[in-house]
Amino acid sequence: MRAVLGELIGWFGDPAHWTGPTGVPQRLLEHLGYTALALACALVIALPIGALVGHTGRGGFLLVGLANGLRALPTLGLLTVVVLLAGVGLLPPIAALTVLAVPPVLAGTYAGVRAVDPAVVDAARGMGMREHQVLLRVELPNALPIIFGGVRSAALQIVATATVAAYVAMGGLGRYVIDGLAQLDYPQVLAGAVLVAALAVVLDAAFAGVQRVVSPAGARRSRRGRAGRVSAVRATEPGGTPG
Amino acid sequence: MSWLARNWPHILDLVRQHLELAGVPLLAGLLLSVPLGWLANRSVAARGLLLSVSGVLYTIPSLALLVVLPAVIGTKILNPVNVMVALTVYTIALLVRSVTDALGSVPTHVVSAADAMGFRPLRRFLTVELPLAVPVVVAGLRVAAVSNISLVSVGALIGVGGLGELFTDGFQLQFLTPIVVGIVGSVLLALLADAVLLVAGRALTPWERGARRAG
Repeated sequence: MRAVLGELIGWFGDPAHWTGPTGVPQRLLEHLGYTALALACALVIALPIGALVGHTGRGGFLLVGLANGLRALPTLGLLTVVVLLAGVGLLPPIAALTVLAVPPVLAGTYAGVRAVDPAVVDAARGMGMREHQVLLRVELPNALPIIFGGVRSAALQIVATATVAAYVAMGGLGRYVIDGLAQLDYPQVLAGAVLVAALAVVLDAAFAGVQRVVSPAGARRSRRGRAGRVSAVRATEPGGTPG
Repeated sequence: MSWLARNWPHILDLVRQHLELAGVPLLAGLLLSVPLGWLANRSVAARGLLLSVSGVLYTIPSLALLVVLPAVIGTKILNPVNVMVALTVYTIALLVRSVTDALGSVPTHVVSAADAMGFRPLRRFLTVELPLAVPVVVAGLRVAAVSNISLVSVGALIGVGGLGELFTDGFQLQFLTPIVVGIVGSVLLALLADAVLLVAGRALTPWERGARRAG
């Protein structure tokens, strides 16, 4: 353990690992770039669908089932199949990452909109709001904390899968792990793992912070920050499990 | 199809390995989460600590956890134990919260009634609180089972991955069939495990049946 720790510190202390196209800053930027890109694609797809299904209440069963089914999809299998079919390059792996990020956002948005107090929605209608106003001004703002819980899960899922994606020739921090394994260079493997884990933890904390900030004052007391990720996980479970 | 027929024994072998790699951690995780959840439900400090530690553990990407474990527990990198320990960690991280919530939601009057009937704390926990916690715990267990089964495949990158080996083999040979077989097999296993746990959960809570029909 101590020897490994020494080697790890040695790896991080080597200035060669901090510059150039294989340096830590470059790999970190790549990893963040993939994450942002795939998350943006997932939001564009999942937010409108989740909001619409949540608002109308139609197709909820199908959506929850789909989100659950997609969670059973092995990430490495999806990545390898997409890259074999569509070729190497940035787009195929990003598409695979997007596929994995859609279910949590979808489930979070749906659950968030459904969880809005029906009395509040009724009041909005009673005030003469049109359906789109009810959705955009009442349901979505109130659903924000749970939606953000879903976005947070999606971001973590992407960060984790982007690491695995190094196997199918993507850049990012996973390169250190995959290359290190291939070269039997354990300190490099470990350095990559530590960097990825740190990135995930920091990103999660950042999302938790944003989640707290976007919570409307009224919703804040019932759903405080940290619970978001778990509530999004729960939201994708089929219903009917009384607490 | 002919590939499937030719490699059937090998695939069955991988399925068995896959189930073992996902199932042992599920069981170990469950057995460890019950006392941890009990603890978290009794003391506010333990609850805060356990829930935040499991939150952090749950955020660590699987590949990172898999390759760090040899340094932490002193195993060889190709040892299947690494995969099992990693999945046990995730299972616990998920279930501690389920168990805590489930035990916390047992109505106080039920606990008081058990006390009044002269149940000692251990017996009350095992025969009253734990059974009432089953539905929520099973819900968590189902999520853990599905996620374990899909995560096992990542182990293929360190040489122990059940059906995941079909992904790395297929990718290296540029051969689609094994990958598709692996994906379908893995998804089927996950759905099967989910269904088995659902049925088991219902069988364990016969008193919920009437409520389900009524509600």
